[in-house]
Amino acid sequence: MSTYYAGLLADTGILMLGALSVYIILATGQLSLGNAGFMGIGAYVASWLTVEVGLPLTAALLIAAVFAGIVGVVIGFPALRLKGIYLAMATLGFGEMVRSFFLNFEPMGGAGGFSGMAHVSVGYIWLWAGGVLILVSVLERSRLWLEIRATHDDETAASLVGLNTTATKIGAFGFGAAVAAIAGGLFAHHQVYIEPANFGFERSIDLVLAVILGGSTVAPGALVGAALLVMLPETLRFLADWRLAAFGTLLILVLLVRRQGILDRGLFRMLTLRRQGT
Amino acid sequence: MSGALLLQQVVNGLTLGAVYTLIALSFSLVMGILGILNLAIAELFMIGGYVGFTLIMAGAPLPVAIIGGMVVAAAVSVVIEKIGYEPLRDAPAITPMLSTLGFSIILQNIATNLWGSDPLQLPDDRLGSRIALGEVSIGTMQLLVIGASIFLVAALAFIIQRTTLGRALRAVAENRDVARLLGVRANHILLIAFILSGVMAGAAGVLISLHYAAITPYIGVETGLKAIAVMVVGGVTRTWGALLAGPLIGLAEVATISYGGSQIRDFVVYGLMILILLVRPQGLLGGARSDHGPRV
Repeated sequence: MSTYYAGLLADTGILMLGALSVYIILATGQLSLGNAGFMGIGAYVASWLTVEVGLPLTAALLIAAVFAGIVGVVIGFPALRLKGIYLAMATLGFGEMVRSFFLNFEPMGGAGGFSGMAHVSVGYIWLWAGGVLILVSVLERSRLWLEIRATHDDETAASLVGLNTTATKIGAFGFGAAVAAIAGGLFAHHQVYIEPANFGFERSIDLVLAVILGGSTVAPGALVGAALLVMLPETLRFLADWRLAAFGTLLILVLLVRRQGILDRGLFRMLTLRRQGT
Repeated sequence: MSGALLLQQVVNGLTLGAVYTLIALSFSLVMGILGILNLAIAELFMIGGYVGFTLIMAGAPLPVAIIGGMVVAAAVSVVIEKIGYEPLRDAPAITPMLSTLGFSIILQNIATNLWGSDPLQLPDDRLGSRIALGEVSIGTMQLLVIGASIFLVAALAFIIQRTTLGRALRAVAENRDVARLLGVRANHILLIAFILSGVMAGAAGVLISLHYAAITPYIGVETGLKAIAVMVVGGVTRTWGALLAGPLIGLAEVATISYGGSQIRDFVVYGLMILILLVRPQGLLGGARSDHGPRV
């Protein structure tokens, strides 16, 4: 496999993890426009642990995930007061605050960025990406996910039948933040150089875009969306200067033709059944 | 810091705040009536700026440049409404938000190809003079930005509060179905909201690019996000909150630059936005109806 395709594959894996982090939070009916902030926290914590402390990458990623998960829970509590687009804007503000924090955090390079990480292989990235995707897919068949869907569909009704919607929503924030942190840590060790601008609003939007394009009702939708977002600009390369405009046009077209995303529950069930039949 | 310098900073803050107010009004016209975040507004603002800039370079007088920016931005806004919003009216709020994102990608690409990705500079002789008031010097451009913003806001206020069209806009914002039952042409009104929103964004773009005497295709994102913060601080559905929040955030930004270094300003601005969302979700001037936002 050439380094070019290896790079694209690694980007897809990292973007898919980021998209899953949005998916997990979105499953409870909360839209986060600040997941790049959690990614940034994961990237900086994991890089500090491997470069300055000398921990192995896997341990560093786990610690970064736990740390970001705690931050996610702390963010989740005030977020309970907000719904819909208001929550989206608050998380947007959180993401920008994290970016601005690292811009001023001189011990790790500030605006100059941070480097010194050892490069990580595509296989290792996909070990994590595949593992988390399987974990979320397994979770989707559990009782817990039914509670999450109930919270998504009608929060009031869910709490009236005795479900703890508060715990569900906060838990989703913590879990989503942890997954985003792993994506960030892998990103840092794939790029071997990070700067605060890597984790701005545009990154957060990319993550949401991957989920919505791929399909926001099943976890593998994140995989479809991530692959699409990484490969599409590459296949449009022949358009040279106009490839971003073409990308934007295709994005609008997909939303107009298939607003539920490319992969939805119906299509997913069909695909998996057919595979069982053959 | 001396008194004169402080006054200078206040003027700078108010100039910045005036532009934030215009874009925040542009956001909240769409947000208050449709409940969606139109991410393309940031790029409408950028396109408006380029159109105004090009007209000034070609020797057109200032009012022509401002009107040119407004017209082009409004026209693009109509396209966005027809293609990106109307077919997706019944979808969850994220879907139209992402389709407007599609438009902002396209607009940014068009601007980069037409005008290049390097900043365009306005020659000094077109900048206008500075008026010295003792130790304080105010650029004529600054006065123009503030004056034009006040005029535009007053015009918008007149349209919304005093005309039949404005009453229809407010009715649709309150309850679209009831408004339609009462004979308001809701689709027509939504289009008008997009046009007014485009007009405000386009004018703001011309004003800020003339104020800085420079423009890049990337000016939209940063200013646009800041304007979202202004809209939130003022109260999303309370259109006029932006009048207070714009100058407030403009002043806060200038103050943090002069006291705490320029890097920390975003931290302060977005911190303030989150604080307002948590403590007063209805905004500084908002009434009792608080965070009944539509579900995502």
